[in-house]
Amino acid sequence: MTLLIALIAVAILALIFGLILGYASIKFKVEGDPLVEQLDHVLPQTQCGQCGYPGCRPYAEAIANGDEINKCPPGGEATIKKIADIMGVEPKPLDAAHGQEDIKKVAFIREDECIGCTKCIQACPVDAILGAAKQMHTIIKDECTGCDLCVEPCPVDCIDMVPVETTSKTWKWQLDAIPVKQVETQ
Amino acid sequence: MMLSLSSSPHLKRQRNTGQVMRLVMYAAIPGLIAQTWFFGFGALVHFAVAAATCIATEALIVELRKRDVERTIKDSSALLTALLLAVSIPPYAPWWLTVIGSVFAIAIVKQLYGGLGNNPFNPAMAAYVMLLISFPVQMTNWAPVASLSQYEESALDSASIVFTGYNVEGYSIEQLRSDVDGHTMATPLDHLKTALTTGETSEEALQAPIYSNGLGQGWFWINMAYLFGGLLLLRLKVINWHIPVGVIVGTFAISGFFHLIDGSVYASPLFHLFSGGLMFGAFFIATDPVSASTTDKGRLLFGAGIGLWIYIIRTWGGYPDAVAFAVLIMNMGVPLIDYYTRPRTYGHRSEHKSAIKRAEDRD
Amino acid sequence: MYNEFKTIIDRIKQGKLWRFRGGVHPDGRKSLSNTHEIADIAIPNRLYLPLKQHIGVEGVVSVAVGDHVLKGQKLTKSSNPFFVPVHAPTSGKIVGIEKHVSAHPSGIPEQTIIIEPDKKDTWAELKPLKNYDAFPKIKVLETICQAGIAGMGGAGFPTHLKASPKKGVEFLIINGVECEPYITADDRLMREHANQIRQGIDILAYLLSPQHIVIAIEDNKPEAVQALTEACSDSADISVCEIPTRYPAGGEKQLIQVLTNREVPHNGLPIDVGVIMQNVGTCFAIADAVLAGIPLIRRVVTITGEAIDRAGNAWVLLGTPISHLMSQAEYHAKRQSQQRMIMGGPMMGYTVASADVPVIKTTNCILVPTDKEMPPMGEEQPCIRCSACADACPAHLLPQQLYWHGKAKEYDKAQEYNLFDCIECGACAFVCPSEIPLVHYYRQAKADIRIQQEEADKAEKARERFEARKARLKREQEEREEKHRKAAEARRQAMDKTDSDAKDKIAAALARVKAKQSGSQEEAPKTANKPNDKVAAAIARAKAKKQAASESEANVSNTQNGGESNQPPSTNDKVAAAIARAKAKKAQRAEQENTSIDTNTSDEPQTSNTASDTQTEKQDRIAQAIARAKAKKAAKQQFERAENKSSSGSSTEGQGAEASMPVIKDEVPQPTDTAPLSESEARKQRVAAAIAKAKAKKAKAKEKQALKQADNLKQEPDSPAVSIENDINQQPSAESAPADPETIKKQKVAAAVARAKARKAAKDAEKLNEQNTKDS
Repeated sequence: MTLLIALIAVAILALIFGLILGYASIKFKVEGDPLVEQLDHVLPQTQCGQCGYPGCRPYAEAIANGDEINKCPPGGEATIKKIADIMGVEPKPLDAAHGQEDIKKVAFIREDECIGCTKCIQACPVDAILGAAKQMHTIIKDECTGCDLCVEPCPVDCIDMVPVETTSKTWKWQLDAIPVKQVETQ
Repeated sequence: MMLSLSSSPHLKRQRNTGQVMRLVMYAAIPGLIAQTWFFGFGALVHFAVAAATCIATEALIVELRKRDVERTIKDSSALLTALLLAVSIPPYAPWWLTVIGSVFAIAIVKQLYGGLGNNPFNPAMAAYVMLLISFPVQMTNWAPVASLSQYEESALDSASIVFTGYNVEGYSIEQLRSDVDGHTMATPLDHLKTALTTGETSEEALQAPIYSNGLGQGWFWINMAYLFGGLLLLRLKVINWHIPVGVIVGTFAISGFFHLIDGSVYASPLFHLFSGGLMFGAFFIATDPVSASTTDKGRLLFGAGIGLWIYIIRTWGGYPDAVAFAVLIMNMGVPLIDYYTRPRTYGHRSEHKSAIKRAEDRD
Repeated sequence: MYNEFKTIIDRIKQGKLWRFRGGVHPDGRKSLSNTHEIADIAIPNRLYLPLKQHIGVEGVVSVAVGDHVLKGQKLTKSSNPFFVPVHAPTSGKIVGIEKHVSAHPSGIPEQTIIIEPDKKDTWAELKPLKNYDAFPKIKVLETICQAGIAGMGGAGFPTHLKASPKKGVEFLIINGVECEPYITADDRLMREHANQIRQGIDILAYLLSPQHIVIAIEDNKPEAVQALTEACSDSADISVCEIPTRYPAGGEKQLIQVLTNREVPHNGLPIDVGVIMQNVGTCFAIADAVLAGIPLIRRVVTITGEAIDRAGNAWVLLGTPISHLMSQAEYHAKRQSQQRMIMGGPMMGYTVASADVPVIKTTNCILVPTDKEMPPMGEEQPCIRCSACADACPAHLLPQQLYWHGKAKEYDKAQEYNLFDCIECGACAFVCPSEIPLVHYYRQAKADIRIQQEEADKAEKARERFEARKARLKREQEEREEKHRKAAEARRQAMDKTDSDAKDKIAAALARVKAKQSGSQEEAPKTANKPNDKVAAAIARAKAKKQAASESEANVSNTQNGGESNQPPSTNDKVAAAIARAKAKKAQRAEQENTSIDTNTSDEPQTSNTASDTQTEKQDRIAQAIARAKAKKAAKQQFERAENKSSSGSSTEGQGAEASMPVIKDEVPQPTDTAPLSESEARKQRVAAAIAKAKAKKAKAKEKQALKQADNLKQEPDSPAVSIENDINQQPSAESAPADPETIKKQKVAAAVARAKARKAAKDAEKLNEQNTKDS
């Protein structure tokens, strides 16, 4: 008899918890895969492929599936830290095998040398290069992510990666970094 | 020759950390004099010991941490800690007590947390509490006020007691603490507490010879001296009024409340305000900027909390005085207090509520 | 909280003001410079006028280097509402429009017009608007805008925007507070030109129709209060208010609080609480512009500090470099251990990077302190959380928390503590006992946050573009497949009707396979595996057939490369071989044509020379490009050669590439020595070079996976097409060079043949390409 009561009690408990779990799974259903979304959001979206994946989103998916978090040189330490936060792991230093953190650059086509082969246009992951076959190409500076992918395909090597110039708007108050001029003394 | 660059403002008020610390010490002088007057030179001897130990410890640890020793010592914060600890320790406590306390205050409470500015607890009070818990006998060895003592004491006597346990004439601390009848004399707070447990009313207890007019003899004047020093600090704008007012109002309110309920058991607010280390605590301990609250409302709350805890522990707790405990307890609450008492920023409406809501939403 | 107009007026009339929280009392040191009248300063030898001296956008330069300009002449123009022009401060010659160190804390060079004054000071024609109240407001605003007036208190917001509010104005506050220590420019201006300031106020009153006008002056300037009270004694609508001296009482938000007890809402403007504020200097400039037609070309600047002997105020032409002011004011560099010049006051001014920095519209002070006067900042000590900063903060912030979070780069936390409400007045750093440069940390944090925000926006845009591109590529792929499927279907129908010889059978098989494949591709990828085996077999058959066909074609048309048909045909090699052949041919043809034109031009040196100056230049560049391409290739070739041995197809390619090399080699060393080539020739060479490089690359790519190869081949159809067009383009230029008719004829024939070949090659390439795509 006691056994029976115990069994019934356990069964009822199991039923109750089962219902609670079932209800919770409906009520708190997770839509889609927000983890990948979150990761994709913190990646720099250069689409440069230095991580070994064809774009930022594929790398975000790979991280969600357990890949290393330190394969993104354009994002650098800041991005690694953010990914580590999202994934709940310790940040680690950038994997040098994938490149080094560099100052921000954009591509620049030396236009008088361009032969209009369109190869760079096909390489650009964000369609930031304007031009047509046998027409001079040019880069939309504001759209360029500095991914480097157009440099290699150019048959005449007329694409340079130029560092983004600091203007008074993007200056970060590094007072010790200003070249100071001399003044004549009386 | 280059044009040198610096960020605005280029002008600054000429008062640095070291000066602030030293001003606090100068303001403590009246209290120190009163203490010496009533309890002999013990406090000064302890201050010398504590100062030497604190500075040496600070120098050693800063050196180990590979920071600039000279600059750190120059900010005088170690010296201030030494002073605060020295005046809290009973004047006839043995010298090693001060040494242990000083090392603990500087090495553990201050430097282990990252040095000046990073310690969540008041170093002097944390050290005091540590000593009180670890060496309860030595830490409660308060001598009677000089006027009640049967022995005259010189500076030499004080030093001798601190370092050997006996004065120059060879009397032990126990002998020095007894009155003519051979009874050991407790501090006013101590005596009140014991008397209440033996069934006396507070009025009856306050008739004992260590009291005069219902206030602890000597202690009243010491508290007055610290009050004076504290007002000086306020005048010099070294501290803000919020914390001292909070402590005093807090203590007054709760002790007044209970005194009104049952005057025979609960001592008067005045007795509480001028007993033990209350004024010293209100103006010199609780206002330690590093471990106190930083917002105006927060400071009032912080001070009131200290007053409350002082009364609670004095009345129902196991220790006669409670300034150190109260301060440490409120130190723990500082981050929370600061967070919830943020001032409304110019141009914002009930800002902190919406900010807190934002933060909660994000988490 | 929000006081009604009447309450405020009553209190102002009674002189009972409110107070703002916080603030500090630095030593004013105003007597250093406010005892002398505003002086005139000699015209400097050079004026540097940055295009942008205000908050907003810069205009387009409307003058050129070498132009002579007159005093007051407009130098820039734009139709942007946030633009105000700059004017020539004196007559002279424009000697440069170039980057010059800017009047900005960073000193980053900005576009600047450099004028060399002729010292004659000849005025341009001025167009005053004397009876302005007879004109519509828009006309007056236009005049103010065209006079280049921007807020002269320090921020430099275009005045015409501030003077055309959308809401009703209760208070027009004229800011003569000048709370920063040392600065006395407004003080002197008010003392000496109270009447003209009054005229400016009247113009603003006409534009804004405020209910009341308040002139606020700190109580440490009794003379200025006196002067303005007299100047405004005839109007009941103007009150002159003495406000207690406390820094930063002159801050816009603080002054509004003191006078009205209203708070400008977060992210709002003063007009949201019914207030418009203008600086006294701006009023003076408005009167100048409207009543005299004089644009903003000079301003009062306080030159002060103990490192100079002749401290005082002066009328300084905009663009005057600081060094000129220093020499006029007798600056003693020896009084400073390190030379230091501050533009603006000691609380909010910034140190300039060079003494060539010009005075601009917002420059109210040049401060040159001695070390004793303003000791350089000591070393930063740890924050002791004394919260003296919080007590001093006029914005009710918690500077110690902002510092803590800003330093740790916890920017979201810092923003939670309202970092962006900081007005950077410097009161916190002024009182800090630990000598922490708090404001510097806030500025860095603000800049970082702004840049991070921009980068996040940019990343978001990049992501969108990346996804849009992916979608486009997918769509194109699908369209292509659809086209192929239709073509195959059409072919099958055609074939069904005809008799079936062996060729047709295979073609039919291929068509079927294709149809099947495209069908299966539309299905889920899982099911595609099984049919693929069959498909692959069919494709292999089809390819073998096609290969044979194209090879026979090639053999007919091109005997030189005939030998290669003996090579064992692997499909990939074949494709490459066909393309390589086409290219090698083209390169050869180019060589022939080069020589023919060379002879032509050597016959007629004059004609070509006339046209050749620019061409020579271009050719040089081309030669350079080719040289680069070669260098690139040379590096790759070594790598390739090893691979060539294993792949016969690519070895022919190597030859093809090499075949084009001699042509280039001949050209490169002395491009100017040989007679210049025609335009089309040049282009052809470029193409040849590009193709050579592409080939070299392909050889390398061959070793890689099939997918990549298919991509490479997809690009191939471009090159034959290019060559055809080149051939066509070549015609007119070849004709333009006088040559004997036979050569022309020959060329034409050669061109036609080439075209045909190229077309065929293109067709082949496309077909193979198509199959490869399927294959992979």
